[in-house]
Amino acid sequence: MHKSLPVFCCIALLFTCNVIISPAVRVVKFDALEHLMTRNTEKIEVINFWATWCKPCIKELPYFQDLQNQMADRVNITLISLDFVDVLNERVIPFVERRQLTPEVLLLDEIDYNSWIDKVDPSWSGAIPATLIINHQTGERKFHEGELKQGDIQNMVKELSN
Amino acid sequence: MIHLNAILVLITISLGIGDGLKVGDQAMDFNLTNVDGNMVSLAGNQDANGYILIFTCNTCPYSVAYEDRIIALHEKYAPKGYPVVAVQPNDAKRSPGDSFERMQKRAKEKGFTFPYLMDETQEVTRTYGATNTPHVFVLDRKSNDKFIIEYIGAIDNNSRNAAAADKRYVETAIDNLIQGNSIETTKTKAIGCTIKWAS
Repeated sequence: MHKSLPVFCCIALLFTCNVIISPAVRVVKFDALEHLMTRNTEKIEVINFWATWCKPCIKELPYFQDLQNQMADRVNITLISLDFVDVLNERVIPFVERRQLTPEVLLLDEIDYNSWIDKVDPSWSGAIPATLIINHQTGERKFHEGELKQGDIQNMVKELSN
Repeated sequence: MIHLNAILVLITISLGIGDGLKVGDQAMDFNLTNVDGNMVSLAGNQDANGYILIFTCNTCPYSVAYEDRIIALHEKYAPKGYPVVAVQPNDAKRSPGDSFERMQKRAKEKGFTFPYLMDETQEVTRTYGATNTPHVFVLDRKSNDKFIIEYIGAIDNNSRNAAAADKRYVETAIDNLIQGNSIETTKTKAIGCTIKWAS
């Protein structure tokens, strides 16, 4: 009992640290986004493009948090920040921590926008927010440019789930 | 035929249908209020061989990041016949930082020497099909009041750092126009702020 106590404490400490550190924001290149768009999983892929400076983006972030809370077993949610990589520590990480966002947050550090916007969806002008939903099993995709209203994202996921 | 075209344009504007103008299309002229109070149209400037028409605003971080580059474009190309005309597309009620007074203030602070116009009804923005700020349309003059759209898209390929941009789309397009060459890249996309439409 006495021997296991320090071990328990260590594990508890690690767990606490994880909770404090999490969620980390990983800085990625386009290949990480491509992986999300093409991977083989039964879950519905939900990818949202946003930035800390984008008011309509911030307004709809709670809807993605709600979706995560409701359907984490059926959806993979990734919030792709398009903030400049220089503001990662000063703006993006504090923002994600303050909002206690639990979906994975990636910062896409690909400044040559014209080289990849069409690969996400040819109809995308590049304005954010924008949301891509993929059913990897059927190959069906839905792309929405502009702000979502409450309930929109759940409906989009349901439509692709059938 | 002219009347029919005019009616069609009016219908398009009033219904807000269509995806906007494309490269190769004739540019629609307009008559918008500049920050100095004067009205500005494309046909009005007899010296222009064309324009760098830029939909941009005060509030979008990308627009702000490009302000100095927009000023530099005007300084470089206005003497060559292709001045900048900036149009502010956002509804001032939805984006108070883009009100006419705030536009006047920003133009003064930054020393804009090109027109900075308020698209109060957003009809010009809708007709051109500008989707995000900053969004550039390079226009080439074919006759007194006929302008053709030669390029639509971003200023360059690095919004964060002008010096690191290795594709300067607008400069390349205009250099080619001046030299009478064809433009290779006529359309590009960039991440930007949405247009704030009146609700």
